[in-house]
Amino acid sequence: MKVVGKSVRKVDGIPLATGQPVFTLDVDLPGAAVGKVLRSPYAHAEIVRIDTKKAEELPGVLCILHHGNVPRTPYTTAGQGWPEPSPYDTFLFDKKVRFVGDRVAAVAAISEEIADEALRLIEVEYRELPAVLDPEEATAPGAPVIHDEEDARGIHDPQRNIAAAIDIRVGDIERGFSESDVVVETTCEFPYVQHVPLEPHCVVAYLDEEDRLVIRSATQVPFHVRRIVARALGLPLSRIRVVKPRIGGGFGTKQEIILEDVAAALALRVRRPVVMKYTRAEEFTSARTRHPMKVRVKLGAKKDGRIHAIEMDVLSNTGAYGTHSLTVLSNVGSKTLPLYNKAPHLWFHGKAVYTNLPVAGAYRGYGATQGYFALEVAIDELAEKLGMDPLELRLKNHIRAGESSPIFEKIGEGREGKAQVVKSCALAECIREGAKRIGWYEKRGKHLWDGPWVHGVGMAVAMQGSGITDIDMAAATVVMNEDGTFRLLVGATDLGTGSDTILAQIAAETLGVPVEAISVYSSDTDFTPFDTGAYASSTTYVSGGAVLRAAREVKRRILEVGAAILGDPPEDLDLAESYVVSKKTGKRVPLSEVGHRAMYVTDQKHIIATASFVAPESPPPFAAFFAEVAVDTETGIVRVVRFVGVADCGTPINPALAEGQLEGAIVQGIGHTLYEEMLISSRGGVRNPSLFDYRIPTAADVPEIEAVLIPTDEPTGPYGAKSIGEIGINGPAPAIANAIYDAVGVRLYRIPFTPERVLRALRTRS
Amino acid sequence: MMKVYFELNGEQKYVEIKPGERLLDLLRRLGMKSVKEGCRTGECGSCTVLLDGRPVRSCLTFAAKAKGHRITTLEGLGSPEDLHPLQEAFLETGAIQCGFCTPGMILVAYHLLSHNPDPTPEEVREAISGNLCRCTGYAKIVDAVLLAAERKRKGDWR
Repeated sequence: MKVVGKSVRKVDGIPLATGQPVFTLDVDLPGAAVGKVLRSPYAHAEIVRIDTKKAEELPGVLCILHHGNVPRTPYTTAGQGWPEPSPYDTFLFDKKVRFVGDRVAAVAAISEEIADEALRLIEVEYRELPAVLDPEEATAPGAPVIHDEEDARGIHDPQRNIAAAIDIRVGDIERGFSESDVVVETTCEFPYVQHVPLEPHCVVAYLDEEDRLVIRSATQVPFHVRRIVARALGLPLSRIRVVKPRIGGGFGTKQEIILEDVAAALALRVRRPVVMKYTRAEEFTSARTRHPMKVRVKLGAKKDGRIHAIEMDVLSNTGAYGTHSLTVLSNVGSKTLPLYNKAPHLWFHGKAVYTNLPVAGAYRGYGATQGYFALEVAIDELAEKLGMDPLELRLKNHIRAGESSPIFEKIGEGREGKAQVVKSCALAECIREGAKRIGWYEKRGKHLWDGPWVHGVGMAVAMQGSGITDIDMAAATVVMNEDGTFRLLVGATDLGTGSDTILAQIAAETLGVPVEAISVYSSDTDFTPFDTGAYASSTTYVSGGAVLRAAREVKRRILEVGAAILGDPPEDLDLAESYVVSKKTGKRVPLSEVGHRAMYVTDQKHIIATASFVAPESPPPFAAFFAEVAVDTETGIVRVVRFVGVADCGTPINPALAEGQLEGAIVQGIGHTLYEEMLISSRGGVRNPSLFDYRIPTAADVPEIEAVLIPTDEPTGPYGAKSIGEIGINGPAPAIANAIYDAVGVRLYRIPFTPERVLRALRTRS
Repeated sequence: MMKVYFELNGEQKYVEIKPGERLLDLLRRLGMKSVKEGCRTGECGSCTVLLDGRPVRSCLTFAAKAKGHRITTLEGLGSPEDLHPLQEAFLETGAIQCGFCTPGMILVAYHLLSHNPDPTPEEVREAISGNLCRCTGYAKIVDAVLLAAERKRKGDWR
């Protein structure tokens, strides 16, 4: 292959490297107004009265929106396919607020200062309601009902605050445990953590010269933004255009429609451009988080190490709204249980409950991260009880190519799934390679001391998916220019991941041209074909599949013209080095001649093709993670000395970009393992809504990370590719927890592993 | 309102600034969109610019402070037609994912290499530790700075 498998430079690299105005807020629109949101100071309250008179009288205030002057339509902020598996439990504005930071009203004004002043002048009288601040108490009899509105839809059990629930059984779990020689049970807890993209949520909404609504947004899901805004505001899709420029990171939080709806409503009302952005504090209080969870895992195994029964019980806290509640909950099991597919007895059950706390949503890993923390710690405990090396236990039980799991069929995207056989899997090689690189056999169980520091090593394995089977659809258009260059139009959404680049590589490889011959335009609902968007590790596999199909169709048409020129049958021809070449005679004709002839000379036609691709299955990438830690037994500080992640993502279309995904995800995972936690006050507010108090890893904190790719050839993927975007974040918490145990013999079940927690655990043990 | 003289990317500027205006807002108002706002409280480093060659957080710096000084933003380092070696190195090593932190990262790296032409990886990490990146995990950014340093020592620099 000429282009695929090469670490070519990002196609959008130069504008980014030189600071060109390519992000959402880098445009200046004349007469733009600033939009701001008034947020609830209470965790749960009814708005008894809202008086905007004083604020409206402030010069420079253009418009104030609240529940009394906007349409009331239930929708979900989750940017998912249609029909959304998330409940319709959200309104543009409601007469009730359900968490500290919930929307009360929005202002458009001619400047930020005036908008802020207007927010202060809005008079709101609240009647405070009892709040649910502990997910364990959400379903208790007599607990306050958070969604008592009659027009919400799709909530599993609103009276008991259950947004979503799941109960899946395979085999006979009771029998499974009674037939097991060894049983372990572990509960791990994942707190509130956040994505923290460097660019906060932001949007510019305006009416164009045809009076159509244009939404320029930092979003992962432009087509879902269009559909959900249309629903919320009662507009036909033809009146809305959504454009995604370069965006400053997403990790799932920009899969949520939390700003576009208000900005659009304001722009329609004031009829001038409206600019809105979250402050960093709002990112913490009013954007989205990972679903905090308690996951209990019970494992049963035979003496020889065969895992015989797995129970997984989940309590997920979705916060005040149920966005992604069912699907994240489902993923806790659907992305973890197939990994140990030999177990004949499975029970996966759980619920996602409402609380009057910050709203959880999609976050890289999407439930799998929480599931693997518990599962992989439990596997470590099981290995100990069996007297086995945990590495061997995993090798003995993990899924292989040619195998399946009943879970694939049982759990899908908020509905039943689809049977699938794993066609590519190099997990065993990943485990062996990682073990070699970390020095597993030399270091494990050695408790090497270095002053007060003790070293230990731990591991974890994981899988994910590549898109959502039978749901995720992407389309791509390949246009040939007459000089032999091409335009690639994709709805796919590059959120910094490099997907524009790898899609260009797939097109270039197919068309026999260098990447430079392909110019990519992505994510504009007016000009690019549909794509569900950048989530569920889908872009390389699903959007890449669409690009491959469209490029193959364009190739077919080029060869037809080439055949007419060369006088050879099309089946003898191929594309290489910007020529149509006869495989038999070696005769060739440049693409520029083909292009000019097709467009201007004989039997004229535009060589152009659009193709769609629906994920026929969701081939899992696999990875093994190894951590070496040093624990300071005097202070409780845990230092990650080295971290090795070895992944099978099929064929890496662009190895440097794939490694970058793995490295970035691992460091984000080290962040939540050691430092990150949103602290919640007794009144339900976020106590640390700043980057000073919520610490993400800096360059000085991060250890040496080795990200290694072991290529496989996934037969259903474009040029053998699977996904890599999410899997890396699943490894750090369990691998580090297991390494701490290896070092100092204490088990930690709740992240982050702060010095206080580690020290407390060390003291409890001694 | 007051008017101030300062040098922006080698050009003399004489501009009106608003009372209390921050350097971040002034520079973006003047079209320097590489200066990014990630937190507005000095914690993320995305708004880093060089003031007389030294990195400052433009979100915590009053615009008035620019008076009589030399301000460099990423636009002043290189352009699409004429990339700076640091920009080349960032592109080559895959150090750019979303690119939002890139302007600040390149400017602190420029400052580091201006006084330490042969930094160790630890020194690079220390130098960029005030600039947050959430995409890359920093590994490739460190590689980029080390690569640029090597080229600078070989004379490929300006």
